[in-house]
Amino acid sequence: MLTRRIIPCLDVRAGLVTKGVRFKDNLDVGDPAELARLYGEEGADELVFYDITASNEKRDIFVDVVRRVARTLFIPFTVGGGLRTLDDLRRVLLAGAEKVSIDSGAVRNPDLITAGARAFGSQCIMLSMQVLKVPVSARIPSGYEVYIDGGRLATGKDAVAWAQEGVERGAGELCINSIDGDGTRAGYDLDLTGRIAALVPVPVIASGGGGHPDHLVRLFKETASAAAILASILHTRDWRIPDIKRRLQQHAIPVRL
Amino acid sequence: MSAVEKASRPRVAIVNFGMGNLFSVRQACLRAGLEPSITSKKAELLEADGVILPGVGAFGRAMETLREQGLVSVLKDLAAAGRPFMGICLGLQLLFDESIEFGRHEGMAIFAGQVVRLEPGIGPAGRPLKIPEIGWKPLRPPSGRGWDGSLLEGLPEGAHMYFVHSFHALAAKSESVLAITPFGDMNYCAAVQQGRLFACQFHPERSGPVGLKVYENFRKMILSGR
Repeated sequence: MLTRRIIPCLDVRAGLVTKGVRFKDNLDVGDPAELARLYGEEGADELVFYDITASNEKRDIFVDVVRRVARTLFIPFTVGGGLRTLDDLRRVLLAGAEKVSIDSGAVRNPDLITAGARAFGSQCIMLSMQVLKVPVSARIPSGYEVYIDGGRLATGKDAVAWAQEGVERGAGELCINSIDGDGTRAGYDLDLTGRIAALVPVPVIASGGGGHPDHLVRLFKETASAAAILASILHTRDWRIPDIKRRLQQHAIPVRL
Repeated sequence: MSAVEKASRPRVAIVNFGMGNLFSVRQACLRAGLEPSITSKKAELLEADGVILPGVGAFGRAMETLREQGLVSVLKDLAAAGRPFMGICLGLQLLFDESIEFGRHEGMAIFAGQVVRLEPGIGPAGRPLKIPEIGWKPLRPPSGRGWDGSLLEGLPEGAHMYFVHSFHALAAKSESVLAITPFGDMNYCAAVQQGRLFACQFHPERSGPVGLKVYENFRKMILSGR
């Protein structure tokens, strides 16, 4: 049986890991390769690195980070942030990433999902989406809207419909980021994640709001999510991965110990 | 590098047939004390102390490329001659008789059996089984078989490995099966070994310390046969 995955998320800006609240107010928390090594040793099942550097000239610093991580980390890791073209995907995959996470680039150009899956295989295309709870309307029947550009720009796309379209286009995994939950430590959006996980045939990863081991217990008990993203509670060392996994195990949720 | 150090770093050819990312395989070799070269040249394969056949992607296209490169008979001969050999993921599947991935494709027929699709269904606790299967799963030996003397030697039963795949091998001869892993209410073949020919469906280079142990065991296998 597949174990539920715990995935630390590292936002990287100018070569350093930072963490914000609701995509704002970022604080630097350390060296990406060093944190990756630490989380790997503690039992992270996978890692995600997002390049949140605004300027293009700093992109090379990030690819260098990816290369450095790949030399020392022997678990899968995903790379995202600002990936817009097939060449962008190829660059980080060749630097040693296992998968790519595409987000705003896929909303602007949905063919990026299709072309990426065809070129590199569905298994390495993670479609990530930033989602905000909005009033139910004819345009947004699920009441969840997709945002892009760091949660700043509304797209008018319904999150549930976009999830389905992404899978049809070849995404091998979906990562659902709740903007409402990001950095709040108030728990995952179980309704949003649960609805999408019940609908699509590919693994769904919950992100945004993970602040306590019990949040993961509820996520895995009440939804068909395959994995949970954690950031701030790990970066601050308030909780450590082995403690969280033991809590999950006590609740009969399969984990890799 | 001294002659002794050089001799203890066996040369391993990682077969490059344009399928998948070989970066992590190469890194794992380096970490395990192997001297890897990524190659599609016959001569380099023949000269290497060991061969790794990796791969992610479609079975049919992979066989086609290997045939065009003239490598199918070379790989078969090396395996038959007992050259230490490790197949990974698609590299396991290619060693079987045939695959039914998008049509019927002939494989290298070193192991008897067929490669078939993982069938969607309902898993434990009523959860749907997701395909591709991506994530960590435990390995167990089939009943009556241990891991001593194999590439899984020293691993605890239930060790978790990282899998990414939609197809799996149905081994016709159960004695070649070294490890199994659960999927829904069945088990499928996760690793095979016959003499010095080993292959696994999981990615040891992405499976943390227990995965690196497989590479270290591969090095030991090479050194023990010299």
